[in-house]
Amino acid sequence: MTAAPDGLTWHLLGRDRDAIEVRTDWAGAGAAGERDDGAEWAWGGASGRGVRVCVIDSGVETAHPLVGPVNASYLVREAAAGQGAEGERESGTGHEVVRVAGGDSTGHGTACASIIRGLAPQCELDSVQVLGSGFRGSGDVLIAGVRWAVERGYDVINMSLSTTRRAFAPILHDLADQAYFGRSLFVASAHNMPVESFPWRFSSVISVGSHDADDPGLLLYNPRPPVEFFARGVQVPAAWPGGGTRRCTGNSFATPHVAGLCARIVGKHRGMTAFQVKQALFLASANVRSQ
Amino acid sequence: MNHSGPPAAHTGTGEDEGHHALLRSVVRTAVAIFDARAGSIALLDQDSGELVFEAVAGEGEGALVGRRFPAERGIAGWVLQSRQPVEVHDVDSDAHFARDFAESTSYVPKALMAAPLLCGDEPLGVLEVLDRSTEPRTPLAAMELLALFADQASLALVLVQRARRARPVGAGPAGPAEAAAQALAGEISALDGGRREIALRIVSDLTEVLHRRP
Repeated sequence: MTAAPDGLTWHLLGRDRDAIEVRTDWAGAGAAGERDDGAEWAWGGASGRGVRVCVIDSGVETAHPLVGPVNASYLVREAAAGQGAEGERESGTGHEVVRVAGGDSTGHGTACASIIRGLAPQCELDSVQVLGSGFRGSGDVLIAGVRWAVERGYDVINMSLSTTRRAFAPILHDLADQAYFGRSLFVASAHNMPVESFPWRFSSVISVGSHDADDPGLLLYNPRPPVEFFARGVQVPAAWPGGGTRRCTGNSFATPHVAGLCARIVGKHRGMTAFQVKQALFLASANVRSQ
Repeated sequence: MNHSGPPAAHTGTGEDEGHHALLRSVVRTAVAIFDARAGSIALLDQDSGELVFEAVAGEGEGALVGRRFPAERGIAGWVLQSRQPVEVHDVDSDAHFARDFAESTSYVPKALMAAPLLCGDEPLGVLEVLDRSTEPRTPLAAMELLALFADQASLALVLVQRARRARPVGAGPAGPAEAAAQALAGEISALDGGRREIALRIVSDLTEVLHRRP
């Protein structure tokens, strides 16, 4: 395993909300119900209507009642020699993206999609399946899926995944920057283990770790990044294969909370840049208060 | 999970026994520290797409070692593919995910933690802890601790794999000299180019020194 640098945090273990309180001169900071309600301004009353959200994961079980309507499902796979007409071939990667009926190889993507749907019930949800084609070499497929999603300009991209392969870091970095300047919010999960992985380490993504409060709307800003925000990641009710739900813990489940909130922000404030959405998230964080 | 295959054949070399003792120690310590009902380390067999129980502590200790199950299924498949650990707190109502222990031991866990065992980005296997005590540790603290055990288990599995690759197919139990040579060969082959060259030079020098014995 690649050891993490000292001081790297990926969840709020050992600290509480008061320990990471941030005071700001900016007006409008604060959580729901407080005097300056940044959360209400950012996403209050919004449903994510018309916002295009992409879940890059293991696929999505489209019939699951908690996922709701899935606009389109895609699968990234190795392009067979001499073929490629069936799907969109990713230049230079040897992969193609094909439209599929849906389905989830493990349940991970379905769980994430259900959390997004719970927070942004009217968003347009697409699935890009990059897991499930064996256990080796999945990084290439992951890169092809991210590139495909970024080039299509989704408003929000949820990726509760990461790779530890340093060779992929520069490509992912470029794609994250491309998303950032292209107004795609690339929301990425911090690894749950003390390893150095990507893309959550990049400043152009919105990186997410877990807090253990039982509140899906509670967002905390981390004044000691690279993890920038903490969201609900403990005992999260999430869709489970076959139609039920299970309570799950992990950063994988915190990330779609932030993706859902981002969908509500860009639905309510059309035309915001990624930079502006990050500011809105900062001001909506419950540990950020006006002086 | 369905344990379709026979128990894995361990050749019983001293080195193998040592590595399995290490894996057993990791999983037993994990079970003790988490005050859990059971724990297991399963090795991924890339060729067959199966996981093989290498070490089990607590429930199923006597029945599961060597058993195989499809690697893409259930929570094991989840963590192997996503490379992310997970804790599921109410797994007992889903027979699909509790079947691996239940079929062999009649024991159905209520909650389950699982972490991928990785060497770089390559998945080696899965560490699972079943029905940990929830009293002393919050889920985030438990996840943190699980990651440490997963790190230990990953290192142990790397040693197991290296030893198996270094041993010629069909080789029987090795003597101490052969075992030492195999272990050394495994270590050297895992080095990168420059360091491997240096290691080979050291071995060459050592051989020359041994030749000079009176």
